[in-house]
Amino acid sequence: MTLDDLLKQTSGWLKGTGPHSDIVISSRVRLARNIEKMIFPDWATDPQLESTLAIIEPVVREVDEIKNKGLFLAIKDATNVEKQLMVERHLISRELIAKKEGRAVAINSDESVSIMINEEDHMRIQVLLPGFALEECWNKIENIDNRLEKKLNIAFSVKLGYLTACPTNTGTGMRASAMLHLPALVMTKQINRVVQAIVKLGLTVRGLFGEGTEATGNFFQISNQVSLGRSEHEIIDNITRILNQVFEYEQNARQVLKTKDKSNLEDQVWRAYGILKNAHIISSVETIKLLSNVRLGFDMGLIKGLARETINELFILTQPAHLQKLEAKALTAHQRDVKRAQLIREKIK
Amino acid sequence: MKCQLCGKPATVHLTEIINDQMTELHLCEACAKKKGIAGMGQPFGLQDLLAGLVDFGAPAASGNTKVLKCENCKMTYDDFRKIGRLGCSQCYETFKESLVPLLKKVHGSLQHLGKGPQRDDEGFQVKKKLQNLHLKLQKAIQNEAFEEAAKLRDKIKKLEKES
Repeated sequence: MTLDDLLKQTSGWLKGTGPHSDIVISSRVRLARNIEKMIFPDWATDPQLESTLAIIEPVVREVDEIKNKGLFLAIKDATNVEKQLMVERHLISRELIAKKEGRAVAINSDESVSIMINEEDHMRIQVLLPGFALEECWNKIENIDNRLEKKLNIAFSVKLGYLTACPTNTGTGMRASAMLHLPALVMTKQINRVVQAIVKLGLTVRGLFGEGTEATGNFFQISNQVSLGRSEHEIIDNITRILNQVFEYEQNARQVLKTKDKSNLEDQVWRAYGILKNAHIISSVETIKLLSNVRLGFDMGLIKGLARETINELFILTQPAHLQKLEAKALTAHQRDVKRAQLIREKIK
Repeated sequence: MKCQLCGKPATVHLTEIINDQMTELHLCEACAKKKGIAGMGQPFGLQDLLAGLVDFGAPAASGNTKVLKCENCKMTYDDFRKIGRLGCSQCYETFKESLVPLLKKVHGSLQHLGKGPQRDDEGFQVKKKLQNLHLKLQKAIQNEAFEEAAKLRDKIKKLEKES
């Protein structure tokens, strides 16, 4: 597989399938792992980073998921657009591409597995699946982790667990998260209360593109905060219990909109649909907001004849690097807005 | 209110609650910028908050930590306070005195209960077994199950002698 092949396929996690897929876009579990005594990336010199990479690379390349039609890429060999493309597809973080030397990423063929090397930790293993599937993510990632651990001397203490660069990840080194679409809670102005409750229960709420981003288009990424003192299963059980409640709140809010505020709801949904279908210049922020409304219309059975996968895919395809990669050239902001509108019109006619 | 770093008037105020523990930061514009907290429109990550926690909330280098330098990676505790990330796995041992309270503050616990590497070497397995027994012993004492506690204590003694 090459980076260009990515563009021809829809990321597995955008398929719009899986449990609770009318609310949950995707589920993700990531593990932070380090090699004993090797210097952590932020404190390492370039030669030290290279030598850590030299230890990890052959082992990661041999992982079945990567060996079979996967991709292994050194960041210094990627163009800026390619790097941004991988960020937009949620395969790597912005932090990984901030520097060049000794950084690499491995991705499997359906993009459900990615392993970043020398990001904040020596390894960041991620499994990303569509719908609410944290348990499945865990089973898959545990399996990969076990195979890596047999060949690498992973930093671990019986008392403190996995030793990570940042003490907020010590212990399981695990962050489990789900990307939720909560438009009805936002429209009915209940979202602040729900977010506050979630935070009080020890979870973290972030925006569409992870750490440090704002919640746009009614998307909320919810993850565990604590990684020490609880087993991986306990952490996932805890998130699952809390999120099941959130799903219920969102469903109730959707019913309220349908029964008490129907014309307003229909107006928002169809207005968004109309603009997306007809606009000739559109920004990425507006696109995400409108797509969110269209998705709500689809999930509530108002809009028919569109696939959820098409809507999901548009969230990613309309991002700057994707547009430029599709056009195979650099585009100005204005050119992107024009190209974006054109792409949307083609996809949802 | 004065900046907690330099004493100039504080204009940036940040409150962070982790595990019911509230930490407050009061900084002047310049120091906030240095910490990466200035201009709240700018996204800032957990790292910055953590660096804040290390600096003000929790361990201001207790005991010997202040002068300690990790033999393996040459990081000092001061370096860690500045960047909010450790230098290598050995730092956990080097800065134990200050790190333990910090970990307790962040996670509310100090005992890993998740999976571990499936290593075959015997020493590791024994260590793991001992940890588990200690944990059970603590619980038994808490529950005032003294008979069980006595049994566990014997087991631990035996295992320690053997290894």
